Amino acid sequence: MAEQDVKLMKGNEAIAHAAIRCGADGYFGYPITPQSEIIETLAALKPWETTGMVVLQAESEVASINMIYGGAGAGKRVLTSSSSPGVALMQEGISYMAGAELPGVFVNVQRGGPGLGTIQPSQSDYFQATRGGGNGDYNVIVLAPSSVQEMADFVDLAFELAFKYRNPAMILSDGVIGQMMEKVVLPPQKPRRTEEEVRKECPWASMGRTADRNPNIITSLELKPEIMEERNLHLQEKYRQIRENEVRFETQQCEDADYIIVSFGSAARIGEKAVELARESGLKVGLFRPITLWPFPSKQLAELCKGKKGVLVSEINAGQMVQDVRLAINGALPVEHFGRLGGIVPDPEEIVKALKEKLVK
Amino acid sequence: MKKEIIISGFGGQGVLSMGKILAYSGLMEDKEITWMPAYGPEQRGGTANVTVIVSDERISSPILSKYDVAIVLNQPSLDKFEPKVKPGGILIYDGYGVFNPPTRKDITIYRINAMDKAAEMKNAKVFNMIVLGGLLKVCPVVSTDGLKKALFKSLPERHHNLIPLNMEAVEEGMKIITQQ
Repeated sequence: MAEQDVKLMKGNEAIAHAAIRCGADGYFGYPITPQSEIIETLAALKPWETTGMVVLQAESEVASINMIYGGAGAGKRVLTSSSSPGVALMQEGISYMAGAELPGVFVNVQRGGPGLGTIQPSQSDYFQATRGGGNGDYNVIVLAPSSVQEMADFVDLAFELAFKYRNPAMILSDGVIGQMMEKVVLPPQKPRRTEEEVRKECPWASMGRTADRNPNIITSLELKPEIMEERNLHLQEKYRQIRENEVRFETQQCEDADYIIVSFGSAARIGEKAVELARESGLKVGLFRPITLWPFPSKQLAELCKGKKGVLVSEINAGQMVQDVRLAINGALPVEHFGRLGGIVPDPEEIVKALKEKLVK
Repeated sequence: MKKEIIISGFGGQGVLSMGKILAYSGLMEDKEITWMPAYGPEQRGGTANVTVIVSDERISSPILSKYDVAIVLNQPSLDKFEPKVKPGGILIYDGYGVFNPPTRKDITIYRINAMDKAAEMKNAKVFNMIVLGGLLKVCPVVSTDGLKKALFKSLPERHHNLIPLNMEAVEEGMKIITQQ
C-alpha cells in the first residue's frame, strides 16, 4: 500500500474524483442530501480546467437527465447523481434512454421514502432500480457498492458496461456509503476520448453526419407495432446477454455455513459484522453479497444455498431484494427478511437476533 | 488492534472534526479506518456524533451498537451512550457538559475538564483537541506523531501556523484527564 497514493475521503467525494479520472466528458446534476458532496467536489476540483470535463448544475433533476440524454446521444461519457426523490424525477428520461439504447451513468445515494421522506440512509429504491423504474419493458444495469473504494471503482465499470451494451447503468448507493470516510486508492487518470475515438467506438452516435454514412437517428418512438416489437425483442436479447455475462457477487465464510445472510451495499457491511457476532455465539453463518442487483446472481445464490438450513435477507427496506432471493431459492429452503425503515439503519446485533428468532428458533 | 469509538456532543463542539483528525492520524499509521458521521438534523443543531473505527485489519460494519470507547461531551450524549460501552471499555466525559456523572462500575470512566481548560487557554476552538489529547493518553490508538502528521496533511497550508497551538492543547488534555 505504501507506494500507492492512499486517500481518506467520503464515498460521495470518491465518485467525483473517479468520474474525472475515468475520462468522463460531463456531469449534470442538482444537489440533494445525502449526495451533494458529489457536485461540490466536482466544482472544487474544476476538471474543466484540466481534462475539459463539463460540470453543470442543472435547474432540476428533470433537466439533468435530459442533458444526459443529449450528451449520451453524442457518444459522450456523461453521468448524473441524485438521491431517491430526485432519481424518481429522472425515471422518464432513463426509460427514454433505455428505449433509444443510450449509455449513461446514474448514481443514486438513497435516502428514506416514500415522497420527500427523510435525508437518512435507506435501501428502499431497490425495486425502482432493478425493475426499470420507468415505463416499458426495460432493465438498467445496477451496481451496489459497499465501500468507498467500490464507489471509486464502479464509476469506470458502470461506464464500461453502459457503452458495451448501449444501456443505462446505475450505481445504487445510500447515505451510509456516501457520507462515510474510508481509505481509497483512486484509479489512474485516463484521457477523455477524442472525437475520432468516439466516432469509431460509437458509430450510432449523433455527432454530425459525415459524407460516408446515413444520418443517425436517436429516438425511443416507433409507431409501427411490428417494428416496435422487433426493437423490444432486440432489447430483450441484449438483457439476456447481460444476465449471462455480467453477474457479479461476493461471498464470505459460506463454505461451512448453515445459514446465509444475503445483503447488498451498506447492509452487507453490517451483515459482515453480524456474521462475526453470530460465529462468536457458535452459529455458522455466511454472507452472500450481490454486487450486480440487476442482473441478480440467482443461479449462483441457488447453487450456494444447496444443503443450507435457511436464508436471512437483511436490507434497509420493507422487503424488496427478498423477492429476488425467493425466486432464486424457489422454495428449496426458508427465506426470511429483516429490515429497518424510514432512515433507521439496523445494527449488527439486531440482525443476529432476527436470524435466531426467524430461522434458528 | 481494533478500536470502535463513538464521539458525541453538541453540534459546533468540533465532534466531527475531532473524529476526522483521529481518522487522518490512523491513515498516517497505515491503519484501516471508517469515519461515519450522523449527518442528519444533528448537523443542524442538537447533538452530533461520529463513529470512528481504527483497526489493523479489514473493518466490517461502520454502524455499531456497542463501543470500546465513548467520548461524551454533553448530558444527552452520556445518557445515550453510557449503556453502549462494552464491559471493560472506556468512557470519557467533559466535566462542564455533564451534570449527572456516569455510574457504571464495569467500565473505566475518565473525566476531562476540557471546557475549563479551553477557557483558561483563551481559545474555545481548541476544546476538541484537548479532549483528543485525553483520549490518546488513556487509549493510545494513534501516536502523537501520527496526529501531528495528520494535522499537516489534513489542514490547508494557510492554517499550518495553528498546529503548534493545537498540539499544545493535545498535551494539556493528556495532563488533565483523570480517572473517576
